[in-house]
Formats: sequence, C-alpha cells, structure tokens
Amino acid sequence: MGAQIREYRQRIRAVSSTKKITRAMELMAAARVVKAQEAVRESSPYARALTRAVSAVATFSTEDHPLTSEKTDVRRAAVVIMTSDRGLAGAYSSSVIKESERLVARLRDEGKEVVPYLLGRKAIGFYKFRHREIAAEWSGFSEKPSFEIAREVGERLVADFTTATDEGGIDEVHVVFSRFVSMVTQEPDVIRLLPLEVVEGEEKPSADELLPLYDFEPGAAQVLDALLPKYVNARLFNCMLQAAASELAARQRAMKSATDNAEELIKKYTRLANQARQAEITQEISEIVGGASALAESK
Amino acid sequence: MALQVELVAADRKVWEGEASQVSARSTEGDLGVLPGHQPMLVVLAEGEVRINAGGWKSAVVDGGFMSVDHDRVTIVAETVDAAGMGS
Repeated sequence: MGAQIREYRQRIRAVSSTKKITRAMELMAAARVVKAQEAVRESSPYARALTRAVSAVATFSTEDHPLTSEKTDVRRAAVVIMTSDRGLAGAYSSSVIKESERLVARLRDEGKEVVPYLLGRKAIGFYKFRHREIAAEWSGFSEKPSFEIAREVGERLVADFTTATDEGGIDEVHVVFSRFVSMVTQEPDVIRLLPLEVVEGEEKPSADELLPLYDFEPGAAQVLDALLPKYVNARLFNCMLQAAASELAARQRAMKSATDNAEELIKKYTRLANQARQAEITQEISEIVGGASALAESK
Repeated sequence: MALQVELVAADRKVWEGEASQVSARSTEGDLGVLPGHQPMLVVLAEGEVRINAGGWKSAVVDGGFMSVDHDRVTIVAETVDAAGMGS
C-alpha cells in the first residue's frame, strides 16, 4: 500500500476519534443545559418573594439602609467576573472577560480603583497570567452553582461593602456575567449589584390589589436588615445560574460545530484516500500492460 | 377559608398548598397564623415551621422570613430541610 494512502487513513482515524469526543461533549452539554434552565426557573419563586417583600418594606417605611444608600465619594469599585472553569465553550469566557475589560477601563477613566472578584478558572487564569491583583477568587462550580457559593460570595461582598473605604472596603459592586437569552443567544451583561436598586420584579401588584399595610416584626429596620443581604445573595445566585446555562449552551454550540467540521474533514480525507488508491491501481495496470507488451516485443 | 401557603427555598419551591394553620418561630418568639390574620412581615429565627394541612407537616428553616397578606402565607428561607414535609 502506498505511503500516501496510509497517511490519509491515519488522519481519518484520528479525526473520527476526535469527533466521537466532541459529539459526546455536545450531548452532555445539551442534557445539562436543560437542567440549568430548570434551575433558573426553580430559583425564581424565591427571587419573586424576596423582591415583593423588599418592595413592601421600601414602600411603607422611609428606612435608609447602608446597602441601598449611594455613597457620595466612590473611590473603590468592585468588579465581579463570572466565567467558566473549563474551555471548549467557544467564545463564552473570552466575551465575558472582554466585557469586563471594557467596564474596568471605564471605571478607571472615572478615577475609580478597580477591585476584582473572580469566579471561574478562566478569569483567574487571565488575571494571574497578567500578574494582576485579585481580591478574591472562587472556582470549581461554574456548570452547577450551588446556593451556598452564592451566599459565600454575597456575604463577602456585603462585608467589604460595609467596611470603610480606607480599610480595604469597596464603594460599589458591578457584576459581569453572561445573560441567558435563549439557546442561541447569550449576551455578556453588566449589572450594578451594590448599592442596591430595588427593581420591582416581574410581579407588580395589580392596580386594584394594593400592597397591604404590613405589620413588621420586630420592626421595619430589622426586617430590612434581614432582607437586603438575602436579596443580594438571590441576585448573585440568579446571575450564576444564568451564567451556567449560558456556558452550557455555548459549549453545546461549539461542540456541535466541531463535530460538523470533523465530519467534513473525514469526507475530504476519504475522497483523497480513494483518489490515491485509484491512482495506484491505474499505475499498476499500466505497469503490467507495459511489461507484457515489452515481453511480447522481445519474442 | 383556608390559607394559601407557599414554602420557598433559594433553589426550589418546597411546598405549596392549602392549610388551616401555620406556626413558625420568629426572632421574637413563636407565632401562629390562622385565616384572617392581618398583613405581616416577620423575620424568622432558625427553627421549625409547622403547617397544618390536614395533618401537621414540618420543615426546618435557617432563618428567612414569612409574609402574610390576604390569607396568603409565603415562607422564604435560603435553605429548607423538608424531611418532615411528607408528600
């Protein structure tokens, strides 16, 4: 067998085993993305209940809370960047990091010092490679974030936010994550987490059903004290769940196109291998014919 | 008249249904809610929440809060141990 055919066949074998891997990853991501979307849905009753309660307190009391009050002199701004732990998800992590770089540049232009809080190994790697300082990092959960992690991150952010700026505290918190719009669209997005702006959630009380006049126990201030950190955690958790769903959707798409490309390559190499085989056969025939006629002439 | 009760944890809705009475431990002390209770927003302490829906069900919450309005009770906690909720 000719060396050329052997080489083509080797290539075909290599590409088909790669294809098997990418196909498996595609199927896995496809199965997980459904679960991740479900997780986003399942967390929404909690977020809705919290939003409703927070807006109830906000409506019926004029309580001012450190977490909601705008600081007059913003010097240190925290940026929370949510990326994936693993690659092979197309441009997922890099588009989030790019967005965060834009935000960082903007904050610097405004004369603020940027304090990065990183989630996911990709962001950590990006910052470590550039020898940048990291305030805090978490990793190892990007595909399936648990609420405990969100609480940990949230508590850290709230603690730093309530610390005085001169003692290493922060004045505002931005979150960069990938918003899950649909299976085909995920957009990097920035929200300002702290100071809180209470967004009236999807469930606005209808006009005829006014928010009832609540009794607060122990008191409006204490209720707000207990609610707001939970609200921060819930928003963070929601961002993390959306990021996870986006990551899986991006991975599924990336792996699907990798599988398609592998198929294309296999087809191309099969054609080339066939051509090489045919050429060899043709050559052999002409050699035989040539040899036979040479023998006949010499008689 | 019955209470519409919703028990919600951060990552899922634990239970939803009708009940005749709900009792929970607030930071101020134990608290029972019957139909017709006035609107209220209570911070819960760590402890048990008991729901009477044709037989008592109980769940352990890690704090959180409970809101009552128009006979709708929403109990919200970050983590809920629903071992005692039955089916």
